[in-house]
Amino acid sequence: MVEEISNADFTDLVKIIQQRYGYDFTDYASASLKRRFSRFTGYTGIDNIFDLKHRLLNETDFFREMIRYITVNVTEMFRDPSFYKVLREQVIPRLASYPSIKIWHAGCATGEEVYSMAILLQEAGLLDRCRIYATDLNEANLEKAESGIIALKDMKDYTQNYMQSGGIHDFSNYYTARYDNAIIHPSLLRNVIFFQHNLVTDQVFNEFQLICCRNVFIYFNRTLQERVVKLFYESLTSLGYLALGIKESLLYNEERIKFEPVNLANKIFRRKV
Amino acid sequence: MTVPHSYRILVIGGSAGSMPVLSALMEAWPVPFHIPVVLVIHRLKNVKSELGVLLSDHIQITEPEDKEQLLPGHIYLAPQNYHLLIEADGTISLDYSELINFSRPSIDLSFESAATAFGSAVIGILLSGANKDGAEGLCRIAAAGGTAIVQDPATAAFNTMPQAALDQCADIQSMTPDQMIRYLRNISTANKR
Repeated sequence: MVEEISNADFTDLVKIIQQRYGYDFTDYASASLKRRFSRFTGYTGIDNIFDLKHRLLNETDFFREMIRYITVNVTEMFRDPSFYKVLREQVIPRLASYPSIKIWHAGCATGEEVYSMAILLQEAGLLDRCRIYATDLNEANLEKAESGIIALKDMKDYTQNYMQSGGIHDFSNYYTARYDNAIIHPSLLRNVIFFQHNLVTDQVFNEFQLICCRNVFIYFNRTLQERVVKLFYESLTSLGYLALGIKESLLYNEERIKFEPVNLANKIFRRKV
Repeated sequence: MTVPHSYRILVIGGSAGSMPVLSALMEAWPVPFHIPVVLVIHRLKNVKSELGVLLSDHIQITEPEDKEQLLPGHIYLAPQNYHLLIEADGTISLDYSELINFSRPSIDLSFESAATAFGSAVIGILLSGANKDGAEGLCRIAAAGGTAIVQDPATAAFNTMPQAALDQCADIQSMTPDQMIRYLRNISTANKR
């Protein structure tokens, strides 16, 4: 394992990845990315930076493995129940006024928050009018998300989250337990499309009434946050909603004047007309 | 010996049994204190916690948001369920990745990122705790030329954490809570501009 990666080596690695594979990590928050590079060397048993660069330059499969490993894929169903409560009580009733509703989950990781959204929409009787676009940088995440499979041991926490978010139904109706896994009912995912999208390099691809991008910005520096908020602004309908992670902020973002807060504690904003 | 007035950050880590010591430090906290302070304390997740208020009724302790700028005189408390990393530009990055040493926030991560960002201009203090989180990170601070301090294990309700750091590397000072208070007062005076 390479315990500490120097700034020069770090810059080299980012450059290699960009030039060889087209993924741009330049404006990722460096403390966390550096650490993930270092962890990856531990995982692959690499003990010097030269080997890491050499393999990155020469082995596409090695790079693919790296992407799977360095992107953060930790997520939960109904993560931050208070957020989902506000979504359920204040945002979704507003969405109901649109004949067709388009929602973008940007950086959906393994899909747990997408399943949560589908459950809320189902309970509001809106799922058939909705199309959910769930995107992530990491293809392995998308495959897992599409499968609807969750470790059964996590379901206890998720059930609690669901109830704290104001859910009143029997949560176990939404999945089938099989051995150590729970499988989300495929009917909940009938209007969900999973596909790869890179917030750094890809463009606007549709217009949405709600964009959820929670705990993605924390891995970006302020410059990149700024650019992605611009992308979101252009991807939202007038008065469309933007939801960030509860510790993420628009405070340092020039674009903030184009949004108004809907619920500041839960970081829900709305595009101004 | 590092020049005291060059310190850019003080990071304090604690786990089981660290609350009484932290409260005592806050009670005697030198004001004004000219260095940004970050507290990384293990807590339960998803339980609404008023730890900042509990720790002190007269000193303001805030939970930072992502990319907040570290300011002298401010005390930041790592939010529940996020790792807190220090960036070289003096901002805070939060991180929702895997637990480390069964912990999020992980003291190791905050210590290590501070050492990477500010090198010798870091003070790390590791208090009472029942696991080994923080030991590795404190050694990184010491190795980068920073000041590494543990609570004297004899005075700690749970000595595993400070003892683990002492066992793992040299260059770590051991202090009783009273000695820490005196040390912080000296630092505060020396860092005045």
